[in-house]
Amino acid sequence: MPFSRRIDPRILAGILALGFITVLIGGALAGLVAEGWRDLSGAVEAFDPYLLRIVRFTLWQAALSTLLSVLPALFVARALSRHPRFFGRNLILHLFAVPLALPAIVVALAVLSLYGRAGYFAGLLSALGGGEWPGIYGIAGILIAHVFFNLPLAARLFLEALQTVPADQWRLASQLGMGPRAAFRLIEWPALRQALPGVAGLVFMLCVTSFTIVLTLGGGPRATTLEVAIYQALRFDFDPARAVALTVLQVGLTFVVVLALTRLGANITGDANLPVAPRRFMSPGRAETALDAGLILLASLFVVGPMAATVAAGLEADLVRLAGEDAVRQATLTSIVLALLAALLSTLLSLALVMARRALAIGRRAGARTLLEYAADTGAGFVLVVPPIVIGAGWFLLIRHSADVFAIAPVMVVTVNAVMAMPFAVRALRPAYDASSERHEKLCALLGISGWTRLRLVDWPVLRRPLATAFAFAAALSLGDLGVIALFGSDSVQTLPYLLLGRMGSYRTADAAGKEPRAGPRAPP
Amino acid sequence: MKLDKVAFSYGEAPLSFDVEFAGGVITAVMGPSGSGKSTLLNLVAGFETPQAGRIWIGGKDVTAAPPAQRPVSMVFQENNLFSHLSVEANVGLGRSPSLRLTGADREAVQAALARTGLAGKEKRLPRELSGGERQRVALARVLVRERPVLLLDEPFASLGPALRQDMLDLVAGLQAERSLTVLFVTHQPEDAGRLAEAVVFLEEGRVSAAGAAETFFGGAGPEAFRHYIGSKRPIT
Repeated sequence: MPFSRRIDPRILAGILALGFITVLIGGALAGLVAEGWRDLSGAVEAFDPYLLRIVRFTLWQAALSTLLSVLPALFVARALSRHPRFFGRNLILHLFAVPLALPAIVVALAVLSLYGRAGYFAGLLSALGGGEWPGIYGIAGILIAHVFFNLPLAARLFLEALQTVPADQWRLASQLGMGPRAAFRLIEWPALRQALPGVAGLVFMLCVTSFTIVLTLGGGPRATTLEVAIYQALRFDFDPARAVALTVLQVGLTFVVVLALTRLGANITGDANLPVAPRRFMSPGRAETALDAGLILLASLFVVGPMAATVAAGLEADLVRLAGEDAVRQATLTSIVLALLAALLSTLLSLALVMARRALAIGRRAGARTLLEYAADTGAGFVLVVPPIVIGAGWFLLIRHSADVFAIAPVMVVTVNAVMAMPFAVRALRPAYDASSERHEKLCALLGISGWTRLRLVDWPVLRRPLATAFAFAAALSLGDLGVIALFGSDSVQTLPYLLLGRMGSYRTADAAGKEPRAGPRAPP
Repeated sequence: MKLDKVAFSYGEAPLSFDVEFAGGVITAVMGPSGSGKSTLLNLVAGFETPQAGRIWIGGKDVTAAPPAQRPVSMVFQENNLFSHLSVEANVGLGRSPSLRLTGADREAVQAALARTGLAGKEKRLPRELSGGERQRVALARVLVRERPVLLLDEPFASLGPALRQDMLDLVAGLQAERSLTVLFVTHQPEDAGRLAEAVVFLEEGRVSAAGAAETFFGGAGPEAFRHYIGSKRPIT
């Protein structure tokens, strides 16, 4: 329904937002191409056996992490769906949403403080294993941290899938007298199977692009992924040719995974909503209930453990002394300012895209989508193909000849994190905006409410809450960012995660554990 | 008001309207589902742009004018109000789309609310009103907008019979006071018979019959119309 004959300002805003994303990603790619062109033979030579080993390890750790996250998650989700009402169920579901919002470096520290050589469980593990506990640096640490992030996520997604089973099917199942096994085979498994490729793909994707966990828990060249290798090539070896080769591989890899994911119809941005459990018409037996309870308890303990460890370590550390340090105060301030700026930019860009998409969809009547509408629709999702470290690496290479790379650290942290948070922000905003537009579009056109007035009177009251959600998520993401700041950080521009990384490096982890719980992000609502 | 060889297609089904509506009277627009009644109103209101033909209102060509600049107010079946704004604000939007109201505007809003029987409910939110009251708010806004043409797209379809009678009386009263030109889409022959002076009957995207309401409801209407209302006996 083309209401207005002039160009809708919403579409202009969307074009601006798309332009911004294009410049950010395009600039990075230009940097990579220019560098590769400058030293083509070097970039080609960089494809050596070591590089292949890195690729193999990247895929291997991601595959293992996916298996260890997704398989248990299937059964945890089934247990949760079989028992739609018990004390603490909602609490568990909320807890399962927390890891997604925790900064990876905090999780790495927490995992170390639990299972590390000097961790809470070291004594127990030494006794069990016979001989001194060697710690978990390497693949073990990476897997534990990845499962901590992804098991709860996968469980929530599977639970959502199970709850799409209509109540009538359960009514029918109980009328026909299906046992738990038959119900699983005939009702639950088909629903889970449908969600499985998407969920597994999402987890695989998150693990392939995992940077912080591998950097902090990998513990050496044996356990290095492409992203960490890019960082090392730029910050330690200063080998731009190798960085280009690694980046090309990383982008190719994520591109293939994302392509496969979209084929599978997966939703690559996850979800932060709490599904409502429908009433069930089957009562599980006693043995089954005990089994389910054990499963849910184990999963919950696994998820709660690192969170509790972080809090405990934070309480033990000398917070007063830490707060008195200039470096800590300065880094905290920097982190907060950058996070707020990134969140503001992210919400503005996302809102522009959401509005433009809707305006274009309304204007087009029944015809096919234009390229612009397609871009406004999926533009935010495409940034997932290009991990932050890749954008950072591209810009690093592009401007190192003409400017001081460390001086642009704040700009990079803000812009890259803003764009990275966009897929999530768009998902928070779009349903609310589309629903509001559905109801109000004609009325606004009839009464001549448009532009700023419309934003103030009509859209703001509806979008206030989703905007807050998007803002909080983007701020949390930026607060926890290590990928970008690891490349661009220096003594003059430090954020909390950067400071933590430095202190972890100098084996002052006991000290480091006291920092993040105070200033670290809380779970977004 | 005149639709001059207006052509429009939504997806596959082509619609074409060539029809004139008498000014200052109520015309019932009737026809089976999918015959294009709502599209006709959307074209007049400016929510849709015709692919060919012109739309004239009061001697002016409004074919290219955006909805807010046409001399037209419209009341939909639902979603006539912004759910987060008070009754007063929803009516006030008819005076100023940015809600910057002068003293005179506020008085007009109060008067319109009083005329539609909503006095004392200025501060309520739409969800605190009944379905009939919500449509009264929409009519109050029509009053403050002071546009000569009123389009009603089945606005009372979801109301009970008694309430509908009240609303029809209100519409008839407002029309008489302001000598509005009203197009009234309805499925209810009784409503149309009570209110309308003229009837336009649509079939498959075109006007298949038009005439005085007495003719239509006196049993002398076209065969298709009598088939549509399912009765050969006179209604009024």
